[in-house]
Amino acid sequence: MMTLGEKVKGRKVKLHDMCLRDGMHSMRHQITLEQMIEIASGLDEAGVPLIQVTHGDGLGGSSLNYGRGLHSDREYIMAVAKHVKNAAISVLHVPGIGTLDELRMAADCGATCVHVASHCTEADVTEQHIGLGRELGLDTVGFLMMAHMTTPEHLLEQALLMEGYGAQTIYCVDSAGYMLPDDVTIRIAGLRATLQDETEIGFHAHHNLGMGVANSLAAVAAGASRIDGSAAGLGAGAGNTPLELMAAVSERLGIETGVDLFKLMDVAEDRVLPIMPKPPRADRDSITLGFAGVYSTFLYKAKEAESKYGLSARDILMELARKKMIGGQEDMIEDTALSMAKARELI
Amino acid sequence: MDKIKCAIIGPGNIGTDLLYKLLRSEVLEPVWMVGIEPGSEGLARANTLGLKTTSEGVDGLVPHVIADRVQIAFDATSAYVHPENSRKLNELGVLVIDLTPAAIGPLCVPPVNLKDLAGRQAMNVNMVTCAGQATIPMVAAVSKIQKVAYAEIIATVASKSIGVGTRKNIDEFTRTTSAAVAKVGGAAQGKAIVIVNPAEPPLMMRDTVYCETVDEPDQAAITASVHEMIATVQEYVPGYKLKNGPTFEGRKVSIFLEVEGLGDFLPKYAGNLDIMTAAGARTAEMFARDILAGRLKLEPVKENA
Repeated sequence: MMTLGEKVKGRKVKLHDMCLRDGMHSMRHQITLEQMIEIASGLDEAGVPLIQVTHGDGLGGSSLNYGRGLHSDREYIMAVAKHVKNAAISVLHVPGIGTLDELRMAADCGATCVHVASHCTEADVTEQHIGLGRELGLDTVGFLMMAHMTTPEHLLEQALLMEGYGAQTIYCVDSAGYMLPDDVTIRIAGLRATLQDETEIGFHAHHNLGMGVANSLAAVAAGASRIDGSAAGLGAGAGNTPLELMAAVSERLGIETGVDLFKLMDVAEDRVLPIMPKPPRADRDSITLGFAGVYSTFLYKAKEAESKYGLSARDILMELARKKMIGGQEDMIEDTALSMAKARELI
Repeated sequence: MDKIKCAIIGPGNIGTDLLYKLLRSEVLEPVWMVGIEPGSEGLARANTLGLKTTSEGVDGLVPHVIADRVQIAFDATSAYVHPENSRKLNELGVLVIDLTPAAIGPLCVPPVNLKDLAGRQAMNVNMVTCAGQATIPMVAAVSKIQKVAYAEIIATVASKSIGVGTRKNIDEFTRTTSAAVAKVGGAAQGKAIVIVNPAEPPLMMRDTVYCETVDEPDQAAITASVHEMIATVQEYVPGYKLKNGPTFEGRKVSIFLEVEGLGDFLPKYAGNLDIMTAAGARTAEMFARDILAGRLKLEPVKENA
């Protein structure tokens, strides 16, 4: 039997930092330009090749539904672009939230990579946006969210659609932090076996069940060459795969990331941790996300509804799981809480 | 009583659902269904229901417009091909009701501004989007009471209820809805978010409307206005319901809606289909009554040189 270590040794993997995009959720989209610049410069100096900078819900995400950004995407991207020397700046773009004009704006401001995201079964809404990404000469990624909600076979069909639209990399995204290593292995191996050789495979984890690093390793072993994480784990729910942990483990296993481990550890400790409202930890509500398969950003509004209506956030999250709510349906948290509060005669 | 003869272009979900509604109309009579795929299910269905069909697109319809006295056409194709379809039909004096997000003609959300369109001699009227039809009445209900600085809508539709055209045009869908939320809804600024949920069994269409008023919201007046508008929309979409709200937090008003369809073509979860086609039919019926009463005379549109 081939061990995991034998499978990953010598593999080249691009680490992609998410703390200035997914981390925006935990910061309620209030990261200052100075903080952004300081963190991005640190990541750049540590050799992280890709840094994502956008509102947590992608371009155009600044809204009442998801929370307004302290600054616009344009201001954030321009500020970071000016200070980053080697790293590529990427953006998240969700059709239905952001428009093509916003993607053009991001490219004008210096973004060179785009994650075009859809729910794992709805890839055919991404055709226009992937097409524009390619037309603008961006490193264009198809980002299949909540990938635990469909079968590996169906995920592959959706990936083939995105590849057909022009996506150069396809991601399996565990938005709920629900997957266990076998779930990752089977999905990534399926993609790797069928997509074109030049198409890269990526994996994006949430640490809600503490599986971020383990799942990312499973992904690399099955053929992924791009791994998302974030310095100090700053991301929605219990955060993303802590990037410095992934880098350390990669170095031990002989996975080539090109990242300066100690510098990355210092960015996490000295620049990211101090701005976090609290150190990342899988609290009971985050575990509920991973346990029940709920979109990680639902954590915040569920906690708000808890204090507003005297309901338990965990009960609200379990109800959202039962109703099969997907990424972006933040409005249904308040709606669900109102219905539950009415039924329990709390309002 | 005489009926105004109509053509439907696009035999997909929207076109077929619309067909069922037109068959019940007192003033409209669907006579042509236009598609581009020979042997498509939608064309076959229309044929069974007694319509003439062509699989050669609008060009297949054009030679028959005069002889078959087609006066109103509904375009349920895509934003990309709509302008050309509309031009060809307008040239023959056919009024076009645009169910794509192309938005080249005046925007119409019946309970808000249908009356304003009477007498304007517009030969192309755009029905915004299903998300717009479901939410803009609520924005208007708030903006009728006091100034709205910003309105945002989130529309969630079941995956099975939206066809390939909407998916390919999702950018136009989002932008047309955002613009109409402001322009027709009466908000200084508008934003639209669209979500496609694949849950099984399919979820009912849900719509959330947030309005930020300029001054403190008059809660009682807004609540009454919202309920009144719900009743108005229910006149043509019986499954239009207020699930929660309006709730008030500072200057933010939140309204949570559900739209259950009539189940004409797709099942009841597809309220988005129902509200769109019901709005299109209602709009066409107003024009048809005006034509029948001699108040409106359709004229061929000469192409601008």
